[in-house]
Amino acid sequence: MSVNPADRAAAGSAAYGPMSAVGDERPVLDVRGLSVSIGGHDLLHDLTFSIRRGERVGLIGESGSGKSLTSLALLGLLPEGARVTGSARLAGVEHDVVGARDRELAQVRGNEVSMVFQEPMTALNPTMRVGAQVAETIVMHAGRGDRPEAGRGAVRERVATLLDQVGLPSTAEIARAYPHQLSGGQRQRVVLAIALANDPGLLVCDEPTTALDVTVQARVLDLIVRGVEARNSALLFITHDLSVVATVCERVLVMYGGRIVEAGPVSEVFTRPRHRYTEGLLAASDLEGADPLEPLETIPGSVPPAGMFPEGCVFRTRCAHATTECEVLPPWSGATPEHGYACVHPAGVDR
Amino acid sequence: MTAEPTQPTEAIEGTERVRGPGEVDAVPLVGQPHVRRRAGASLVVGGVLVAVVVLMALVSFVWTPHDPTLVNAEARLRDVGDPDYWLGTDKFGRDVFSQILVGARTTLFVGVVAVGVAGLIGVPLGIVSAMATGWLGETVMRAMDLLLAFPALLLAIMFSAIYGGSTLVAMIAIGIATIPIFARIVRSGALQVLSSEYILAARAAGRSPWAIGLRHVLPNVSSLVIVQASVAFAIAVLAEAALSFLGYGTPPPIPSWGRMLQESQELLYSAPRLAFIPGAAIALAVLGFNLLGDGLRDRYDPRLEDRR
Repeated sequence: MSVNPADRAAAGSAAYGPMSAVGDERPVLDVRGLSVSIGGHDLLHDLTFSIRRGERVGLIGESGSGKSLTSLALLGLLPEGARVTGSARLAGVEHDVVGARDRELAQVRGNEVSMVFQEPMTALNPTMRVGAQVAETIVMHAGRGDRPEAGRGAVRERVATLLDQVGLPSTAEIARAYPHQLSGGQRQRVVLAIALANDPGLLVCDEPTTALDVTVQARVLDLIVRGVEARNSALLFITHDLSVVATVCERVLVMYGGRIVEAGPVSEVFTRPRHRYTEGLLAASDLEGADPLEPLETIPGSVPPAGMFPEGCVFRTRCAHATTECEVLPPWSGATPEHGYACVHPAGVDR
Repeated sequence: MTAEPTQPTEAIEGTERVRGPGEVDAVPLVGQPHVRRRAGASLVVGGVLVAVVVLMALVSFVWTPHDPTLVNAEARLRDVGDPDYWLGTDKFGRDVFSQILVGARTTLFVGVVAVGVAGLIGVPLGIVSAMATGWLGETVMRAMDLLLAFPALLLAIMFSAIYGGSTLVAMIAIGIATIPIFARIVRSGALQVLSSEYILAARAAGRSPWAIGLRHVLPNVSSLVIVQASVAFAIAVLAEAALSFLGYGTPPPIPSWGRMLQESQELLYSAPRLAFIPGAAIALAVLGFNLLGDGLRDRYDPRLEDRR
């Protein structure tokens, strides 16, 4: 079986080198039993995973499987009225993100953890010069903890360095520009510069390249990986583009119906998927192996609306292998939450 | 009251939306890129008209052809074009041109006071009510509805009756009555801004609600405020004229365009110029502020600026 993303996985890890995590270090992000419900709908179920310093982890799944909600939950940005249980702890932060007050979270956001959003066209304030927006993030967290107080000149210098690091030419001119004067790719670089401004321990990217041109995509991905590598930051990369995950990440979490259904190293998950959902995702994105005369592989049906996922295995209503056994929640196969799957009829067993 | 689900938030909340006098539509100004139209013309014409009013007010401090309050029985009811009195004199023999010059001060003063009061209170209230979730925002807006239901001129007359008739008192009253218009415009704009991704991004970067309100929401609703301010300025000028006409505004002998209009009414047939001149001054000033507001919005909103 020739799977396109898997080939990329091999090429990807060669391009960016092996993961530089230290095994016994406390993880940068440690999520345990995180569940979110809004308006009586259970949207995230019992998420457990952790990311270590320097690790790059992908979070994949179709639209509506809860990826973006997970990222918002990690930053405590869920809409009012969301009920959150479980815990999400960041290295260097005393309190749990879950249940923390907004004032406490404000010091963490942009400092310990920061985020790159999907849409670069709307992620910047249209009435502020982009340099000022980068500077704001620096000044806001300056003097806090071990960060030095920032003088005016030092901030301007830091802004120039950051813009230079994300590959923006003639930075003085860019810093004075308003967002509408920049292209989509340039804006996303500015957003990335803002996110990296305070060397966060964890960078969360929510489909950062989906809105970009393919050629620009590759450059921005490269900058993201370089950015986190230079800072030895952890990266949580949310996308539905499997080849991007294969290029950028070392580990992957497959999400469906608000649950993590499979997790493991990219090379393994993408070459030997165990959960039937992962298998379907890979088959659907395997363009090279597809017969041009045949219709492309798809996963039958569509993602149910929020809160309408079935009991037991969340995927069983769309799964060709589903039996009555799937009506109870399948157990996690692996010894750690980092590696395993939750499927009663895993793929690749009979082979 | 049943509301259709597709209607905007205001309607769903179950409140009849009463449009205040001179309230401008908030929808097309925020978020939607729209084509620049006649930016140059309205800015220039409005700017010139407003500049003329300002210039007249400034000149009146150092020079007027005659003392505007000097009663001269020998020079009563001179016609326009008189060599000594360029725009003629009124029934007391006071120079009309001098009164118009000094009246421009009154006009600017009332506009600044009324818009200042309305803007300084209304804009923060609008932003706060948009950002505060729950009872606070609702309470503020219901209070605004209550205030809006009260006629502005009546409020001004009431204030004058209680605190004594003066331009300042009347204009503070007009300003207070205009607060809800600012609050509502700003609130609807702010709600739109708050739902945008850069606000989420700002929160994700750890910005406090205060900083978000001040640095991100306020600049993005400023175009609404500018347009509303120019409209409110024009309303205030008209209100002062109306109040002075009724005898509750600027007390004599301070010259005011509105009171000149009032004093001219008994001579409307014999000397219509006495009504026409201050009337034209009021009309041109109001037109000027409206055009200037339009032009400023089209010109200085960075979101409408062309890519360089």
